[in-house]
Amino acid sequence: MLSLSDLKITFNPGTPDEKTALNGLSLEVKKGDFITIIGANGAGKSTLFNVIAGDYLTDSGSIVLDGEDITFKPSHKRSKTIGRIFQDPMRGSAPGMSIEENLALAAGHGGWLSAVSKADKKLFREKLAELGMGLEDRMSHPVGLLSGGQRQALTLLMATINPPKLLLLDEHTAALDPGTAEKVLNLTVKTVEEGKLTCLMITHNMQSALELGNRTVMMADGNIIYDVSGNERKNVTVQNLLEKFKEASGKALDNDRMLLT
Amino acid sequence: METVLSLLETALELGLISSLTVLALFLSYSMLNVCDLSTDGCFTLGASVGAVVAISGHPYLAIVAAMAAGMTSGLVTALLQTKFGIDSLLSGIIVNTALYSVNIAVMGNSSLLNMNKTETVFTKMKSALEGTFLSGEYRLIVALIAVAAVVVFLSLFLRTKLGLAIRATGNNPDMVRSSSINPVVTTIVGLCIANAFTGLSGCLLAQSQKGVNIDIGSGMVTIALASLLVGRAFLGRGKIAVRAVGAVLGAFVFRLVYTVALRFDMPAFMLKLVSSVIVIIAISGPYLKKQYPQLKRRLTHKRAKGVQ
Repeated sequence: MLSLSDLKITFNPGTPDEKTALNGLSLEVKKGDFITIIGANGAGKSTLFNVIAGDYLTDSGSIVLDGEDITFKPSHKRSKTIGRIFQDPMRGSAPGMSIEENLALAAGHGGWLSAVSKADKKLFREKLAELGMGLEDRMSHPVGLLSGGQRQALTLLMATINPPKLLLLDEHTAALDPGTAEKVLNLTVKTVEEGKLTCLMITHNMQSALELGNRTVMMADGNIIYDVSGNERKNVTVQNLLEKFKEASGKALDNDRMLLT
Repeated sequence: METVLSLLETALELGLISSLTVLALFLSYSMLNVCDLSTDGCFTLGASVGAVVAISGHPYLAIVAAMAAGMTSGLVTALLQTKFGIDSLLSGIIVNTALYSVNIAVMGNSSLLNMNKTETVFTKMKSALEGTFLSGEYRLIVALIAVAAVVVFLSLFLRTKLGLAIRATGNNPDMVRSSSINPVVTTIVGLCIANAFTGLSGCLLAQSQKGVNIDIGSGMVTIALASLLVGRAFLGRGKIAVRAVGAVLGAFVFRLVYTVALRFDMPAFMLKLVSSVIVIIAISGPYLKKQYPQLKRRLTHKRAKGVQ
């Protein structure tokens, strides 16, 4: 489905700030995989997503999505098949435009000069109702009036309204309060399961990294140091993860936001 | 009474014609979030191209030509900022400067063109209305038709997928990219359309004044911005159509205040200073208002310290 091979990227080469963010990373993702990604600060997790989505072009290596080599495809073209949600709830939607208008852009139905159709409005209303946040009655309200949780739920809907081949979740609940975060996470799991989406999720919550999805990947220094799935994963504990990290990288896991429970 | 009516009429006519430029900025500044500083030059370009074509005997083609010229100028500005890595303000300034030479060239190495005997859309309308009760208002009617057409176009266009994409480009470019739309394309389309309106505005002003000079567009961007912000104060929220009408209303109110001020012996050369002040107040007002509590706190804090 998604095949990353030998990805390398170095920022500010030749300067004192030189930083190799991805160092020969390879990963094979199967269709329907839900992979959780954990790692220390600066391990290259977000860079990996930026590279997959096309914000940065790599120095070497290749990215193949569903049989198509997208290594040099520009980001706005990749976004047709790759949905993405960021940590910042403000990033995924346009605050000055209404909920309906945001969804219409995300859905992208019809020609360039067509307005939102009745059928689309009905579809948006149904989909919004499924979020259970009462947004279906506020379709003409500007998105800027919504709370962070509501905006993130809307972004989830926008990213998945045309089922993407790949969904990238970059700590998308980290900026929300715990109650809202749980709600958005549940919505996410539901959406991914119902749509049988292939999904990569960065999280700082070690417990949910082991509980959610079918595979967990640990990153350090721009590479994958631990990759566990299937029955083996069922027996892994947070303590095991910490030990694995120390074993592979020679130092204790250091992430100021990491939740160990 | 006569003077009041004629005052209103002048303000309405000038306001309507310049409101086309205000609507152009409504698209580029309010929607696309690009401050297009090529507006002055583009206005003059529309005026000069329209005048040259009208003088050669094609009053209707003049309108089309002026809009096409404006569109081309918008395309250059847009390409400079999206494809050539030049900052958006700077590309506007560069195009504006270049247009000065272009405009003189268009007018045949002259900085002045006279259209006293030229057939234009205004004279066409005048003869069409000959004998009816509207015959005196032909200039108003031409301006009104143009403005209505542009307002209707904008309110329909900004609801289409392309229009939504243009609005989102100004609102959140990240989101546009993640909706598989290229923000370069939306910027180019937006600036082309906006500048076509600016060109139209220049063309109509020149034809209603029966002449062009090279300074006809100077300061237009500030005047239009002032009108836009005045309009926003009246009708700044709600549907696109309402906000577009607000922009037109702003242009009218701006011209009205200006015409009245002229009556009270404000010299005509003050127009640009007044428009600059309005823009400053409208943009910095909300900012200063936000700063005020901290400023107040700082002052009382110092005073309290002084007492100790």
